[in-house]
Amino acid sequence: MGFEPIIVLAPLFAAVIAGLGQRFIGDKPAMALTTGVLGLSLALSLYTFVDYTWLGGEARLIELFKFIDVGGFSSTWSIRIDTMSVIMLVVVTSVSFLVHLYSWGYMAEDPHRARFFAYLSFFTFAMLALVTANDFLQMFFGWEGVGVASYLLIGFWYDKRSANDAAIKAFVVNRVGDFGFALGIMACFYLYGSIRFDEVFAAAAANPALVLDLNIVQLPAIEAVCGLLFIGAMGKSAQFFLHVWLPDAMEGPTPVSALIHAATMVTAGVFMVCRCSPLYEMAPYAAAFVTIVGAVTALFAATVGLAQNDIKRVVAYSTCSQLGYMFFAAGVGAYGAAMFHLFTHAFFKALLFLGAGSVIHGLHHEQDLRYMGGVRKPMVLTWAMMLIGTLALTGVGIPGTQIGFAGFFSKDAIIESAFAASETGRTFAEFAFWCGITAAFLTSFYSWRLMFMAFEGKFRPNPHAHHDDHAHADDHGHAADHAHHDDHHHAKPADGVAPAHESPSVMTIPLITLAAGAVLAGVVFAPYFLGDHANDFWRGAIERAHDPLNPSVAAAHGPAAAEAAHAAPAADAHGAAAGDHGAAAEGGHGEGGHHVPTWVLWAPFFVTLAGFLLAVPIYFMSSTAGAAIARTFAPLNAFLQRKWYFDELYDFVFVKGARALGDFFWKTGDKKVIDGLGPDGFAAVSKFTARQMRRTQTGLVYHYSFFMLIAVAAIGVYAIWVGGGLP
Amino acid sequence: MQIGLEHYLAVAAALFTIGVFGIFVNRKNIIIILMSIELVLLSVNINLVAFSSFLGNIDGQIFAMFVLTVAAAEAAVGLAILVTYFRNRGDIAVEDLNLMKG
Repeated sequence: MGFEPIIVLAPLFAAVIAGLGQRFIGDKPAMALTTGVLGLSLALSLYTFVDYTWLGGEARLIELFKFIDVGGFSSTWSIRIDTMSVIMLVVVTSVSFLVHLYSWGYMAEDPHRARFFAYLSFFTFAMLALVTANDFLQMFFGWEGVGVASYLLIGFWYDKRSANDAAIKAFVVNRVGDFGFALGIMACFYLYGSIRFDEVFAAAAANPALVLDLNIVQLPAIEAVCGLLFIGAMGKSAQFFLHVWLPDAMEGPTPVSALIHAATMVTAGVFMVCRCSPLYEMAPYAAAFVTIVGAVTALFAATVGLAQNDIKRVVAYSTCSQLGYMFFAAGVGAYGAAMFHLFTHAFFKALLFLGAGSVIHGLHHEQDLRYMGGVRKPMVLTWAMMLIGTLALTGVGIPGTQIGFAGFFSKDAIIESAFAASETGRTFAEFAFWCGITAAFLTSFYSWRLMFMAFEGKFRPNPHAHHDDHAHADDHGHAADHAHHDDHHHAKPADGVAPAHESPSVMTIPLITLAAGAVLAGVVFAPYFLGDHANDFWRGAIERAHDPLNPSVAAAHGPAAAEAAHAAPAADAHGAAAGDHGAAAEGGHGEGGHHVPTWVLWAPFFVTLAGFLLAVPIYFMSSTAGAAIARTFAPLNAFLQRKWYFDELYDFVFVKGARALGDFFWKTGDKKVIDGLGPDGFAAVSKFTARQMRRTQTGLVYHYSFFMLIAVAAIGVYAIWVGGGLP
Repeated sequence: MQIGLEHYLAVAAALFTIGVFGIFVNRKNIIIILMSIELVLLSVNINLVAFSSFLGNIDGQIFAMFVLTVAAAEAAVGLAILVTYFRNRGDIAVEDLNLMKG
């Protein structure tokens, strides 16, 4: 057994010590412990990654101990090291470490710092358990573990009503998805007799025609399993219909949003779908479902992002939208592109969130874009980092070359995959392609809107601002190593410049590190995830046989071979073409031999440019144009601002519906029917009877004697006439 | 016209009816109830004596003597209760005699 268990278990150890032992060891040691342990995890993860990728490390499985072993069912705590998990190890530990570091500054004034760090470490442990799982049960354990951590961290400021509500909402909505996930795992075991990934994939491949018989309907087994698992992914990754929790989750502290709700936890769904790529490749309908949900989410979330005023919500919807990209990439078979986008997105989205956090911190907890502006001068470093994040998110780069930010390589690869897949007739791929193009335009627009509104123009103070915020800020003025921090209270800032201050270096260093990732992750790793080295890199960890960008198969789908691909069944075309075009790598982004038309290569570039050019006059040149446009299109603006009225719809259908159903069962079912016929009914009947009978008890002797006489007379008459005479 | 059994029985029945009605219809006075009970008992006595004479069997007349004795005792006890009741309640109106009401 090597050092791998340390990567996973050390954060748990740190979380327990920091969480339970905080009162004995104090805040600072607890924070130092968790951060240090995460640093260790990060170092080991990086070593594992480097070793695996370049130094000939083997894919391996470290079994720690049995979890459950009952009858035919067995589950083992294990650490699976393969391409999927080493990517995720690096993503999770690096972002987590940087977020730990950043929180030293961001949470400096919080009285519950140690608890916060303990939760962060616990989250990291659960996420690592998820990504290193070798069977569905351990994955589910991690899945629920990150859900709990997410709940705890969203509701971290527990005296805030909205934070508690958001935490509960996140938990409940995730529960809907987890229900599907759990059913998927059960279906796996029921159908294939195992929950270990390899065995399930092998069993599914060996028996593709297996049918799940539910008595009412017969479902193809693989489709059912994939569909159910994807419902879990929809919940965790905030896809359309189950996305409602993610924006509300922004109630949590910003480092949490960066770590959990941007970089790692929400990508668990994408990770799971990619991990199960052999299954999804055998389930065309489930894959089509993934595609359509992903494409709709990408577009939907981008439209909502246009009209949000909370800086974190804009980024949250952006996350939602990017997750949609990853899913439709997975849906069209481009699992490599999906994982690549997950990888790059983790860097630039964490960067954007931490940058937004820095702005919020600098402006004393002002989150509303309408009350920002002019922040660039006082926070030039944060501005620069946010700019890099925005360039990476919008995917700026020059098609046909290797020049570009991280998002350029991964997002363009996804869009091209969708196009290439549509050429082969993959269901909904063309729809996804157009959604992707449109969403890229919207992404660019809302990202630049955010940048311009926050950093440019004149500072627009919040008219409702209560200045006790500043007293609050004073606290953290003493707290840490940033004495310059207090200055702004004394020196009145120049007119139109925000009274902000640059964040301490403990917060800016993570920003710089992530910015480096956002710049370099694409150009360095594109050849490995997508390009020439892809086969060596993945080593079968994901199913790439149908990957539209896979150089060894995708060349068949170029314009020249398009007819052939259409004429022959798609699968045959892949096989036949594999040999001929294996060396077809050329140009592009280094993704190798996918021959998409030039206009497809350039389309994302132009829509991104268009989004930028549209945002400039509205939000940069003018300070009022944005608000004026919002007023002109008030109904549309309201529709987008209210998130397509999803919350209202869910409130009406589910919350009010559940309440009405409950009321019905309570008031009609229980009170009226059960109580009415049961206890209350008996009581009422006895009461009524007693009341009637009580009337005969007048207490008057002559009444009683009269009855006696009547009775005697009646008995006499009976005896004489019926009984045939007196005895 | 010979006085026969029927006439005695008719008188007894009339007395019984008067007695019964005296018990039920009277709303004023407990003493009247006691008197009515005496009437009922006397009508029964007339029946007993009439049948005894008619059948030539002395048993009925002996039984009538018992009834007279019991009636006397009953009147004594009844009046004693009545006096006590009057002392307690200050009233002997039948309408107010409803302490046995549930």
